[in-house]
Amino acid sequence: MVGNDLAANSFSGRTLNKKPTSPRTLFSSIMSGVAMFCAVLALIPLFAVLYYVMVQGFSYLNLDLFLKLPPPPLVKGGGFGNAFIGTLITVGLASLISIPFGVMAAIYLAEFARDTKLAYWINFFTNVLSGVPSIVIGVFAYALVVIRTGTFSAVAGGVALAVLMLPTIVRTATEALEAVPRDFRQAAIGLGATRIQTTLGIVLPAAVPAILTGVMLAIARAAGETAPILFTALFNQFWNRPIWQGGLWEPTATMSMLVYNFSVVPYKNQQQLAWAGALVLVALVLVTSIAARFLTRRRR
Amino acid sequence: MAPIVDTSSAPSWKRTDASRWIDNGFVWLTAAFAIAVAILLIAIALQVGGQAMPAIRAFGLGFLVNSRWDPVANIYGAWPQVYGTIVTALIALVIAMPVGVGIALFLSEDFLPDKIKQPIVFLIELLAAIPSVIYGIWGIFVFIPFIRPLGNWLHQNFGWIPLFSTPPAGPGVYVAGIILAVMILPIIAAISRDALVAVPSELRQAAYGLGATRWETIFKVILPAASSGILGGAMLGLGRAMGETMAVTMVIGNSNAASPSILAQGSTVASLLANQFAEAGGLQVSSLMYAALVLFLLTLIVNIIAQYIVSRIRLKY
Repeated sequence: MVGNDLAANSFSGRTLNKKPTSPRTLFSSIMSGVAMFCAVLALIPLFAVLYYVMVQGFSYLNLDLFLKLPPPPLVKGGGFGNAFIGTLITVGLASLISIPFGVMAAIYLAEFARDTKLAYWINFFTNVLSGVPSIVIGVFAYALVVIRTGTFSAVAGGVALAVLMLPTIVRTATEALEAVPRDFRQAAIGLGATRIQTTLGIVLPAAVPAILTGVMLAIARAAGETAPILFTALFNQFWNRPIWQGGLWEPTATMSMLVYNFSVVPYKNQQQLAWAGALVLVALVLVTSIAARFLTRRRR
Repeated sequence: MAPIVDTSSAPSWKRTDASRWIDNGFVWLTAAFAIAVAILLIAIALQVGGQAMPAIRAFGLGFLVNSRWDPVANIYGAWPQVYGTIVTALIALVIAMPVGVGIALFLSEDFLPDKIKQPIVFLIELLAAIPSVIYGIWGIFVFIPFIRPLGNWLHQNFGWIPLFSTPPAGPGVYVAGIILAVMILPIIAAISRDALVAVPSELRQAAYGLGATRWETIFKVILPAASSGILGGAMLGLGRAMGETMAVTMVIGNSNAASPSILAQGSTVASLLANQFAEAGGLQVSSLMYAALVLFLLTLIVNIIAQYIVSRIRLKY
């Protein structure tokens, strides 16, 4: 009677050895297999996405992509020069706003208000802010900038991306500043430095590498964001005017919008451009985040 | 006796008023920036809410249950979108929860040596770094053709269940749900893993000491102990799924009707905004702002609960 044997084995188990065939151990082994299967299952889409983006994108990759304008339907050639520059401009503007803003806030949280109730709540709000859907941040920037100025623009896109980057920068900069040893501050104050000298001259420089890591991660994320760009920077088939002629105040193309716009059209040539754009975008984002993580790991 | 140190000419160790003033000013300045970060959240609500006012006055709460979105007649209701948001997010959660917790267990309960574990953790984090629009283009050209046979099969064999009652037409709610699952997986896995790692190893050792197998320990001791953290991760994933825009917009089909079938095409609040905002005018803009406000409040509630639960993981042990 096999059933009885199994029951006897598992029930009257007076031995410390586990039999590999007892239902308890079998169940355990099977579940281990299931857990491993989950991990593999999760990695499949990652490799599938990377594989297809590379295979599709590589064949259309050439220098012209970065120098020329997007082609009209059914015309061969062309590129996404304007979108590439546009991404640099919008992300650059966003960085100009969010980095000083975020680092100043982090200085307060890490240096002057550490472990206070106020810092706790500001951290809480920052975390909640990072969960606000990026499209809602786009709507916010639309109401704040586009409605007021009456035009879609690189500035509006920059503002939206800045709000998006802010929580990441605040959080990583706060952690970076808190990791600076207390001795640094005591030594500086002991030498008679003021708080401003201690913070800006001693603590901040010590934390700069770790802050940079956070900034890189934030920039990588912002460069790939599309939803907040949809109705802030919008898109532009042409080159923007130079900045000194008001180029920041007109609709601006970005890489992410180009991928979106050209992947939903029926024209083969524009779809190819979208794949090439996707490859450049993925490369940009992944290289930055891998580099950022590699930098932090090596420093530890 | 003359003083050894001539204090009259030595520099004073006392700060001048100006120096002290600048120093305090700096502290206040940083405080202002920090508080501004918190105020930003309120500013978003006020700004979007203010713009939504005309639509709120015109439609009230009926906006949420009315399913007519008609720019020509200037009548707006967002029920199909609210419904679509909830359904896609739930599909994503139902798929991503077990898989995410499975990975988290696999990567926290020493199944693997650290050398293999670290790269896997890293690779799963990379999933989160891939931009939404990339999942979108991949969804359109690769995933939809791939999943379509499954949709057809479900409809042919289980079409009598309302859930599968429409023939799939390529893009659809289930496609969006599955892609969302992939996108929220890293966050659920990461937070669950934090929660599992925070469970004291004494609990594990005690269970093993009593003769429990690994999975008896996991199911009866570790998962219950980590359950609040896992729940927090699930809530964060849910919030992320509700607000995710680009991938969903590109694969959901953007139809304006709420269907009980997950094989049907649908839309979400986020995809509605993505599709219509740039070309809208007048009351339509205001109605879109109203929809954005609803999305904002929905995700805000979910996120606040999630943050609250997650922040307690570390306090507990």
